[in-house]
Amino acid sequence: MLKLLKYALYDILKSRFAIIYTFFLVLIAISIYQISDDLSKVSLSLMNIMIMIVPLISAVFATTHFYNNLEFIELMLAQPVKRSQVFLSQLFAVILMLSLSILIGFGLPMLLWGADTSLITLLAVGIMLSAVFAGFAFLASVLTRDKAKAIGISLGLWIYFSLVYDGFVLYIIYSLADYPLEKLTLGLVILNPVDLGRILMLMQLDISALMGYTGAFFKQFFASNVGWLVATGALVIWMVVPNLIATRVFGKRDF
Amino acid sequence: MISVNSICKKFGKLQVLRDFNLRFELGKSYAIMGPNGSGKTTLIKSILGMVLPDSGEILVKGQSIKGNNAYRELIGYMPQIGRYPANMRIGQLFDMMKDMRPKIREYDLDLVTDFELESLKDKPLGTLSGGTRQKVSAALAFLFNPEILILDEPTAGLDPIAVEILKAKIKKEIAAGKLILITSHILNDLEELTNHAVYIFEGEVFFDDTIQSLKEMTDEERFSPAIAKLMQWSLKKNPKNKDLIHA
Repeated sequence: MLKLLKYALYDILKSRFAIIYTFFLVLIAISIYQISDDLSKVSLSLMNIMIMIVPLISAVFATTHFYNNLEFIELMLAQPVKRSQVFLSQLFAVILMLSLSILIGFGLPMLLWGADTSLITLLAVGIMLSAVFAGFAFLASVLTRDKAKAIGISLGLWIYFSLVYDGFVLYIIYSLADYPLEKLTLGLVILNPVDLGRILMLMQLDISALMGYTGAFFKQFFASNVGWLVATGALVIWMVVPNLIATRVFGKRDF
Repeated sequence: MISVNSICKKFGKLQVLRDFNLRFELGKSYAIMGPNGSGKTTLIKSILGMVLPDSGEILVKGQSIKGNNAYRELIGYMPQIGRYPANMRIGQLFDMMKDMRPKIREYDLDLVTDFELESLKDKPLGTLSGGTRQKVSAALAFLFNPEILILDEPTAGLDPIAVEILKAKIKKEIAAGKLILITSHILNDLEELTNHAVYIFEGEVFFDDTIQSLKEMTDEERFSPAIAKLMQWSLKKNPKNKDLIHA
């Protein structure tokens, strides 16, 4: 497994995509650091960009990577190694590459111009979201036999979790405005990895007051250790479950 | 050595292999033929464990291949299209294949030397031409001196010099008593390299015997017309079909 991962990394870290993505993230971080000296403003702006871009890039890149390497994956399946190892080596290589890009892309400017806990959380959330959406992408890839379809599904999931879901939540909140909604919204947040990432970030910043009573409730909940554990735990489940299902499907797939 | 026992495989509604039975013996070389879509590749991929049959079993050296991966150490596989990670170097690819078979320490470097791959060691695989990639695939298939060689269209895309080198190597391995399966549409190559013909038609074994008996049966002296006749018979669905299967 580690051997296969080593060689998969040789390939992926040298890919043009990895270099462009890292460079792009560095550029974003540098320009946002230039705009403001206030670290919490910096992390808020970075978060808004990251929460849209990182899942999108992860989903698209992981799908294309899987399909570009399909023939090579087939060749590895003809070697005396376990199927799950072949799959996991590719998966971990993609997640590691995406994480490294974020660490370098956002981390280097942070080393230069300083960081606070919110920015460290930002890095962690970015890495977790990469893993979640790489998982979605690999799941979509093993379930289909067509690259275009797999990219379609990955993009669909990104649109759903980044845009559609929020509209859905707003609709529920408005139509049920007469009822106490804190617990319901809390539950709804846990069902969306992007929102979970956003909440984890926002709770590091002192802007939850802007979110009214629900915001205060969230602040109280997520600031407690239990709340923090629940949110992180839910995000970890979002990372593990799609990847586990994808590994299972890969084990039974025909090539 | 390899026995395929009544495997069935469906892709969606398409029945690719139906109640398929074949035996491959060590020391023989088999030409696997059949029109496009007849199930050749599915058969090969089933033996390699890439396609999982719906029913039936495949035994390699008497052991079922289901849930087993160690048996693949015995097999050298050369795919029809070898595509490799673009940024990996040839040397790294060879190292990786060696790492996957830690028990094997002695390598068969004949093809690596003959194709002069050593000098290309540091070239990224993405920059190679189709023919060179095919050479890499061939060298990898023979690298571990496997008892079974499965070659899917081995000569396609190679230049004439390389084709001759590869053919000579295949003949050498046949003489050494290996089991060799070759699919190809180039009948001359097949006649030269194999002594056993397997003709698959619509997911069933239509013919399985020596090339000599194929010629006798079809009353042809040369291989290509004999195969052509076999194809005509299969298309006509001659009622005598079943009599053709001797083995």
